[in-house]
Amino acid sequence: MAYQFDFVPVLDNADLLLQGALFTLGLTAVGTLLGVGLGIVGAVLRAWRIRPFDRLFGLYVELIRNTPFIVQLFFIFFGLPALGVRLSEWEAALLAMVINLGAYSTEIIRAGILAIPQGQLEAAAALALSRFESFRYVVLRPALAKVWPALSSQIIIVMLGSAVCSQIATEELSFAANFIQSRNFRAFETYLVTTLLYLVMAILIRQLLAWLGRRYVMGGR
Amino acid sequence: MTKAHRSLLGLLFASLSLSPAFADGLSDITERGVLKVAVPQDFPPFGSVGPDLKPRGLDIDTAQLLADKLAVKLELTPVNSTNRIPFLTTGKVDLVISSLGKNPEREQVIDFSSAYAPFYLGVFGPQDATVAALDDLVGKTISVTRGAVEDIELSKVAPKGATLKRFEDNNSTIAAYLSGQVDLIASGNVVMAAIAERNPQRVPVMKLNLKNSPAYIGLNKQQPALLGKVNEILASAKRDGSLEALSQKWLKQPLPADL
Repeated sequence: MAYQFDFVPVLDNADLLLQGALFTLGLTAVGTLLGVGLGIVGAVLRAWRIRPFDRLFGLYVELIRNTPFIVQLFFIFFGLPALGVRLSEWEAALLAMVINLGAYSTEIIRAGILAIPQGQLEAAAALALSRFESFRYVVLRPALAKVWPALSSQIIIVMLGSAVCSQIATEELSFAANFIQSRNFRAFETYLVTTLLYLVMAILIRQLLAWLGRRYVMGGR
Repeated sequence: MTKAHRSLLGLLFASLSLSPAFADGLSDITERGVLKVAVPQDFPPFGSVGPDLKPRGLDIDTAQLLADKLAVKLELTPVNSTNRIPFLTTGKVDLVISSLGKNPEREQVIDFSSAYAPFYLGVFGPQDATVAALDDLVGKTISVTRGAVEDIELSKVAPKGATLKRFEDNNSTIAAYLSGQVDLIASGNVVMAAIAERNPQRVPVMKLNLKNSPAYIGLNKQQPALLGKVNEILASAKRDGSLEALSQKWLKQPLPADL
């Protein structure tokens, strides 16, 4: 055989890969919390047409969903310093992920809110639920339950998309993979191991989100 | 096999490897009236294609200088870093002036003139940054292109407290420095010249030298007349300041005194 497979140089760097994987997971966790939070705010403002914020969020959604993630990332990291805003590479990566997920989840959750029958809100009023109770149990939870699978997929996409943050020297999993590959030139072995790591991480996050959904979002129905 | 046999075989192979006959390169050139030189086409500022689609750069100007001194016409052949030595050894060109560095492997195949241009890797930074030794890198962030020679060299010698930010390509490495995301940049003097061309007011100056690998002119082996003439022209060009002018023009830096 022409090519001798050798995984030892990759496994020698297992600590770098694990560190990178943990960093990716951390970025995704914080990014998801903040991003989905932003999405909920945006979805409510847009679904209920609260002016002028609904228009502003509409603009934001169009801007982010119609431009590439890597360009948004480069703008934050390389562009903003010209305006005096200097973020470190992990701050820039996190901000880009929050902004990106915020835009997509605004639209996903808005769809869930719009799918709630008007009668359900009227029923809540008839039962004398407070505004907050009615928002929490009659609007948000059923809306999230309807779009939970779509939202989970979007979170996975953001986790996988964080790979491009290696371009601004954020030391996440792809950075570790590129770093190892640039030292041992074992591209096949390095990227095979990295691919498997991403796959395992994606499956774990999907399972975790499914469990959270059953336990906290759909369980209440 | 006897000793005589072996040396005969050796002679045979030696003559095979020098396939085209190079009686005397210098007289060939002057008789022909044309100097054939291999130059880079994708490696500014040493050689690139200008807006007028003609090759331009330090290597092209150096070739022109040699042709002028030999009083012959110049014929350029654009090459890349992989095929530049084969072009020479197969006799398609007389000289390779293509930012060629010297190393033992290459010295087995071709000869080298004296150096004509500086090429070095170093840590560069703003004029006012006080970095005189490796230990001064502690607490500093340095952008570097991942996997490049300067990354390998700097990773070997950088002290513990220095932070290397490794970017995917030269452009990101430069952008990180120019946008102030890092304090210093590790790269080659060629890249600094590229910055000088685009952003003359923020040209980084050299702080630490990582590796020296000046550029030499490559010639076929066993051509003492041509080698002597090329070296003679280079020596006089160093004396009369024409090499200095080329370095200033293309690299925006003076010719190092030890070249």
